Amino acid sequence: MIELTTTRANPMIDPTMHVWGWEIPVYLFLGGLVAGMMILVGYLYFSGRHQNRDCACFVIPGLGLLLLTLGMGALFLDLEHKPYFWRLYATFEPASPMSWGAWILLLVYPALLAALLLRLPAPITRRFPGLAELSDRLLGEPIWLRAVGAANVAVGSLLGLYTGVLLSALGARPLWSSALLGPLFLVSGLSTAAALVHMLARHPEERVLFARADNVFLGTELLLLALFLVGLLSATEVHARAAHLLLDGAWGALFWVGVVALGIVIPLGVQIAAVRHKIQHTPVAPLLVLAGGLALRFVLVAAGQASHWSPL
Amino acid sequence: MARFGMVIDTLRCVGCMDCVIACKTENEVPEGFCRDWITTEVRGRFPTLTMEIRSERCNHCDRPPCVTCCPTGASHVEDFGSLVLIDHELCIGCKACLASCPYDARFVHPDGYADKCTFCVHRVRKGEAPACVAVCPTRCMHFGDLDDPQSEVSKLLASRRSHTLHPEAGTRPRIHFLT
Repeated sequence: MIELTTTRANPMIDPTMHVWGWEIPVYLFLGGLVAGMMILVGYLYFSGRHQNRDCACFVIPGLGLLLLTLGMGALFLDLEHKPYFWRLYATFEPASPMSWGAWILLLVYPALLAALLLRLPAPITRRFPGLAELSDRLLGEPIWLRAVGAANVAVGSLLGLYTGVLLSALGARPLWSSALLGPLFLVSGLSTAAALVHMLARHPEERVLFARADNVFLGTELLLLALFLVGLLSATEVHARAAHLLLDGAWGALFWVGVVALGIVIPLGVQIAAVRHKIQHTPVAPLLVLAGGLALRFVLVAAGQASHWSPL
Repeated sequence: MARFGMVIDTLRCVGCMDCVIACKTENEVPEGFCRDWITTEVRGRFPTLTMEIRSERCNHCDRPPCVTCCPTGASHVEDFGSLVLIDHELCIGCKACLASCPYDARFVHPDGYADKCTFCVHRVRKGEAPACVAVCPTRCMHFGDLDDPQSEVSKLLASRRSHTLHPEAGTRPRIHFLT
């Protein structure tokens, strides 16, 4: 028997650490979603699908900018020393994933703006006809298209990986001590992005394409999630105890129902049936994928903070 | 360069909390927060029980994860005594350092920045002991240069059994508890 008593009662630390509320999971979710959208934009340009005027690649950049700004807003709300926010950009700390993330976020904006420039929204082109001409000229330049596509894939991949590495670099929380968190969050970001674009796509062929892609992402996400848990269960006692927070602990219900069943397995089944033409395409599956992606971040951020090295 | 650390004799500590009060007074720690605290650990099965009383605080680790993860350089290792300190003017309050500490030694000051024990660096610079060490009525706390073999702390560590907290976390803490 081991019994620990402490006189410490610091807010946010005791009895269980909870320094990050809803803001960080929302930020990680939106960051992952935008990362996935950028990779999909790159794919659409490389595959030549932009020649279709209804291509989703013309909708994604503007929406991505909006979602990323919302995510950055959530991150800003989480900061306790808000007037000093600019200090993030007064230095670069190579050992800090958060510093990497801050600078990667600065690269996301120009990459998305360059993609947005290829097909500007109608209200802007009406007001600035010169921009519309520039847009048309750039769209006809294969080098420019490839550069924009490559930039979006590269920066999107960095952003998606960073959202997971941010947590996995905090080794004091056993639940996050896994190199698989980066790939897991990247694939989850791709999955939620494919789900969102599936709903927005006007072209039926694109809807099928993104449903198929999402099925691959969801299957990979399930595999990575299983490997992540197996890795923790086969590590030390503290890591196994951390895994049990998700498997049968305080976050078990949300993990199994919200993340695994509603977020991955059910939409995967629905979308497999849809791409095999057994049922119509429905927004229910993509909506579940989006909710599941958000639930994954909430569960991992909350349960990770509760995991610790203490022998109890 | 010195490498300051603490050696605390758990056989002498009675958990009187003088160190906690001294720290709060010396460093004007806000109400409801503490930079150091008392932990009591009871092990065994009745009637064969052992109890260890410890005065705990930031371990000023040799491999501080709070410094590594800090995105602005606010958390840093000071040249003076290799102390792990926080520059409040650089801290953005992202709380990554709180999440990275296996000892949960940090907290968010009501003014918004991360805060923790400094080993009373302002006193140490003047050649004085940290407030907690200075007031300890049982003389169970010792402070000094762990790299100096002639220092009191080094001699105590060489002559007695000791342990650190969570050595498995790989942070190489610089507070040693004599048992």
